[in-house]
Amino acid sequence: MNRIDACFERLKAEGRAALVPYLTAGDPDADTTLELLHQMVEAGADIVELGVPFSDPMADGPTIQLACERALDAGMSLRGTLDIARRFRMTNSDTPLVLMGYLNPVEAMGSAAFVAAAKEAGVDGVLSVDLAVEEADTLVPELEAADIAPIFLVAPTTSDARIRKMGEVGRGYLYYVSLKGVTGSAQLDVDSVSSRITAIRSLTGLPIAVGFGIRTPEHAAAIAAVADAVVVGSALVEIVAEHAEDRARMCQLVRERAAALADATHGAARA
Amino acid sequence: MSTDLSDPVFGPDARGHFGPYGGRFVAETLMGPLDELEQAFRSSWADPAFRAQFDRDLAHYVGRPSPLYLAERLSRELGGAQIYFKREDLNHTGAHKVNNTIGQALLAAQMGKTRIIAETGAGQHGVASATVAARLGLECVVYMGAEDIARQAPNVYRMKLLGAEVVPVTSGTRTLKDALNEALRDWVTNVDNTFYIIGTVAGPAPYPEMVREFQTVIGREARAQCLEMTGRLPDALIACVGGGSNAIGLFHPFIADKDVRMIGVEAAGDGLNTKRHAASLCAGRPGVLHGNRTYLLQDDNGQVSGTHSVSAGLDYPGVGPEHAWLKDCHRAEYVGIDDKEALAAFHRVTRTEGIIPALESSHALAQAIKMAPDMSPDQILLVNLSGRGDKDVNTIADLENIQL
Ligand SMILES: Cc1ncc(COP(=O)(O)O)c(C=O)c1O
Repeated sequence: MNRIDACFERLKAEGRAALVPYLTAGDPDADTTLELLHQMVEAGADIVELGVPFSDPMADGPTIQLACERALDAGMSLRGTLDIARRFRMTNSDTPLVLMGYLNPVEAMGSAAFVAAAKEAGVDGVLSVDLAVEEADTLVPELEAADIAPIFLVAPTTSDARIRKMGEVGRGYLYYVSLKGVTGSAQLDVDSVSSRITAIRSLTGLPIAVGFGIRTPEHAAAIAAVADAVVVGSALVEIVAEHAEDRARMCQLVRERAAALADATHGAARA
Repeated sequence: MSTDLSDPVFGPDARGHFGPYGGRFVAETLMGPLDELEQAFRSSWADPAFRAQFDRDLAHYVGRPSPLYLAERLSRELGGAQIYFKREDLNHTGAHKVNNTIGQALLAAQMGKTRIIAETGAGQHGVASATVAARLGLECVVYMGAEDIARQAPNVYRMKLLGAEVVPVTSGTRTLKDALNEALRDWVTNVDNTFYIIGTVAGPAPYPEMVREFQTVIGREARAQCLEMTGRLPDALIACVGGGSNAIGLFHPFIADKDVRMIGVEAAGDGLNTKRHAASLCAGRPGVLHGNRTYLLQDDNGQVSGTHSVSAGLDYPGVGPEHAWLKDCHRAEYVGIDDKEALAAFHRVTRTEGIIPALESSHALAQAIKMAPDMSPDQILLVNLSGRGDKDVNTIADLENIQL
């Protein structure tokens, strides 16, 4: 069984939601990203999302744009990201790892070569921000064949028909974008998210993660009460950006923030 | 519609694909709004009242039809083909860009949108967007790379005079591609009240087809004018290619005329053998950027490359997907003209014809100047003079160390 499915099965039995932290690979360098991933897992992360840096991150706000620029300046690439995943797997065999990024680096590498390398590296899911379900004849069959979950984003503007289609084509979980906007926006509306999740659940049986705009343990607890997973990105990437000069402090702060988010997520009373 | 080259009604298919190119690769939030846009465009474009309004605006506001002009002195000097200019430089606001913004702004108003956003490189599309926004009383925000703001100062000021807000973009390479990213981010955030007027035949479906339809007035007029003035079709069409809207606008009505060569001219910057150019069709390979699959300048890791051209409007690492398909089908040819050649053509046409061309258009003119001497005087080259050079006067003066 894919690690993502196993993870949600276990959490369901325990009556908890998952914390899914996101970091941009190679920001500020590969070794630090690897260390931070392990720290976050120890702090209670259930799934980790590793961002593949791209030159034109059109769905990202300034925080992750700058993280991409730092990572690319330091030489990070899709192959480098896969190498971080491979090294993560050397000492962690059960935490699901999802790659999140844009299509062009994957196309440049070639879908088949990418999927083979991702499989070998121990990647469990792939989320391509600009791969709509209509265009999914490109990469999705290869992912499917390798038992890597293609993960789709659902937006506030997504029609019911398309959510159904994503439910059929997607695996692992659906990722609900909590607002109209880019990553890192700060305008989370828990009530509207909650009613959308109820609607999405009536259209698909896949677990539902919520991300974009979740920053604090309070947000995480509120979302964990209604969703199956809570994704936090920019709030962690900001710590990385602020403490680039002091790795030890960066690791400690990321770990503390992840722990607070994990406690809030895991402690939320769920319907 | 068809992507079969033997079919004159050339692409795209129902999903916006031109062969393997085009499509809709955007953040999920935009998929629904793009569907709405496509429906609004299809119903308006089929509506005689909308078409009549569009034609009226092109006639009375833009000043169409634009003339087809025989550049007699230039042709004589070169001693070969007769060179005709399609005078898009005479349009209101000074370039072909306004044909498209008129169409999209009418659509925006019809869809009840109150706010317009646009990206711009040279500032021509920004000015054309600010112009139609002023006329329709719509709020207008234009995203422009910080580097382009510095080299197109007159257009920045024009946009401000027209009431638009010009937002400098400092991310990435600080040019047109980054302005497009930033406009997409704005659209994702303000999608309820905002209409995004893309300035070229790129972006997600339906933009490449929609912008083409608004720009084909260039080719339809030019074809009829050429037949009327000369009794025959041209031997070759020449147009510069940034995103490719003036070129598609000219080419598309000639696609079924198999004997008419179509030549797109990309910016070769410092030279195609250097890294400093913007010739995605000549030197790039297929990839996905800004919502469509097309030829891209990119590195081995799929990161989009920085580009260079003396002309801000051609300084873009991608190109409209229909051009990618026309290239692969060998229906159109694409060549590069470098900065030096474009600047020489700029001066030559200014001095011999009394027309100051835009630096973008100067690339097309340079190609005509290259080809004409090897052709005979009974042959015809039809060049799209896509815009006037007033906006470039500061750039030219700077390059020649002249203080204005
Ligand atoms: C005068 C002129 N010509 C050409 C272009 C290039 O755009 P396109 O290739 O879409 O015609 C521009 C863009 O700003 C322009 O201002």
